[in-house]
Amino acid sequence: MKDAFGLSAIYWIVHRELKLTMRRKSDAITPLLFFVIVTSLFPLSVGTDVEMLRRIAPGVLWVTALLATMLSLPRLFEQDYADGTLEQLALSPAPLSAMVVGKVVAYWLMTGLPLALLAPLLALQFYLPTTSILILATTLLIGTPVLALIGSIGASLTLGLRGGGVLVALLVLPLYVPVLIFGTGAVDAAASGLGATANVSLLTAMLLVAGFFSPMATTAALRIALE
Amino acid sequence: MLEVSNLDCVRGERHLFHDVSFLLRSGEGLLITGENGSGKTSLLRMLVGLTPPFAGTINWKTRLIKHLGAEYRRELLYCGHPLGLKDSLSATENLQSIASLVNEPVELSVVQDALERIGLQGSAHMPVRALSQGQKRRVSLARLFLSRRTLWVLDEPLTALDTKASQHVAQAVDRHLDDGGIAVITTHQDMALASPLQTMRIGA
Ligand SMILES: Nc1ncnc2c1ncn2[C@@H]1O[C@H](COP(=O)(O)OP(=O)(O)O)[C@@H](O)[C@H]1O
Ligand SMILES: [Mg+2]
Repeated sequence: MKDAFGLSAIYWIVHRELKLTMRRKSDAITPLLFFVIVTSLFPLSVGTDVEMLRRIAPGVLWVTALLATMLSLPRLFEQDYADGTLEQLALSPAPLSAMVVGKVVAYWLMTGLPLALLAPLLALQFYLPTTSILILATTLLIGTPVLALIGSIGASLTLGLRGGGVLVALLVLPLYVPVLIFGTGAVDAAASGLGATANVSLLTAMLLVAGFFSPMATTAALRIALE
Repeated sequence: MLEVSNLDCVRGERHLFHDVSFLLRSGEGLLITGENGSGKTSLLRMLVGLTPPFAGTINWKTRLIKHLGAEYRRELLYCGHPLGLKDSLSATENLQSIASLVNEPVELSVVQDALERIGLQGSAHMPVRALSQGQKRRVSLARLFLSRRTLWVLDEPLTALDTKASQHVAQAVDRHLDDGGIAVITTHQDMALASPLQTMRIGA
C-alpha cells in the first residue's frame, strides 16, 4: 500500500473543512473575535499600570486562547455526526484515524494558528517587550495544537449527548491546566533570566504525546458514538 | 458472497430480532420489511460494520467483515437515513468530494450525467441546503450511478421520492444485480424491480 498512513485522506479532509469554513465564515471568526475583545478589555479595565499589565499579559492571553478553543471545540464533530457524513467517513476505506487527524489539523489552522498570529498584536496593549512577545507567540504556536488534540477527545466522547458542551469543558479543563502552566510560565522564566527553553521543550513533548494518543482515543470514541 | 448467520440484536433492554440468517450470492438481492422500530436500520448498520453484532457472524467472501476492515469497506456502498451530504456544498461538489475521498475521482461531466439520470440536472449547482427533501435524497442516491461497489446496502431509499425517481432507483438496482452485484434493501414501498429478490420480514 502506497498510502499506509492515510495522507491523502488527511489532505482530503483538511481541504474539505477549509472549503466548508469559507462557506460559513462566522463559525471561524467567532472564536477570534472573542479572543480580540476579551484580551482588549483587560488593559481597559486594569488601567495603565505598565508593570501590572506586563505581569498579567501571558496569563490573560493564554487563558483567553484556551477559552476561545473551548467555545468552538464542542462542535468539532457535531455537524458531521448529524448529517451522516461521519458514518460515511467511518465506512470509507480510508482509516478513520487519519480523518480525525485531518479534522484536528483543519480546526487548528482555522482557530489555533490565527490565535497565535494575533497574539503578538494584542500583546502590544500590555506593553510586553519584544522578546516576551516572541516567546508568547511560540508557546501559543506549540500549545494550541495540544489544546485542539486534547479537545477532540472530549468532543468525540460527548458526541450525541445532551448538554455536551458543558461536559466537554469539564472533561478537558483538567488536561488543559498543564499546557496553560507551561505556556504562561515560559514568558516569566525568560524574564527572570532562566530561559524559556525548558518550558518550550515540555510543551513540545506534550504536543508529541497528544499527537500520538489523541487520534487513537478520538477514533475509538467516534466508533462507539456511531454504534 | 454475503453470509449472515444467527444474528441477534439487542438495543438497550429490548431484544429486537433473533437468529437472522441469510445468504446472498453474486447477482442476488434481499428486501427487508418490518414495522417501524422493528430493527431494520439496526440490522443494516450491523451489515456494514458500524455496530458489532450482539451475537452471530457476518461473512463477506467467507471471511468475517470485522477482520476484512478496509478491504470490505472498499466494496461497500451504504445509504442510510441521514443522507451524508454537506448542506453548504452543491450536489456536484458533494458527489465529487465523496468520490475523491476513496480515490475514485470522477469527472464533473460524469457527476452531471448521474444527476441527470436521477432527474436533478437543474439544481446541480445550488447548495444542497436549498433543495427539497426528495431532491436531497436524489443527490444522495446519485451515488448509485457513480459507484463500482459490489455490495449495496440501502436503508429505505425510496423515502420522499416521487414515482419517477423511485423507478430510476429500481432500475439502478436491477442493473447492479445484472452486473453481478449484491443488494440489501429495506423499504415500505413496493419497488418495481425486474429481478426477483429474496424477502425477509423481521420483528413480530
Ligand atoms: N442507539 C440506540 N440505542 C438504543 N436504542 C436504539 C438505538 N438505535 C435504535 N434504537 C431502538 O431500536 C429500535 C429499532 O430501531 P431501528 O433499527 O431504527 O428500526 P427500523 O429501522 O426498523 O424502524 C427502536 O425502537 C429504537 O428506539
Ligand atoms: Mg429505519
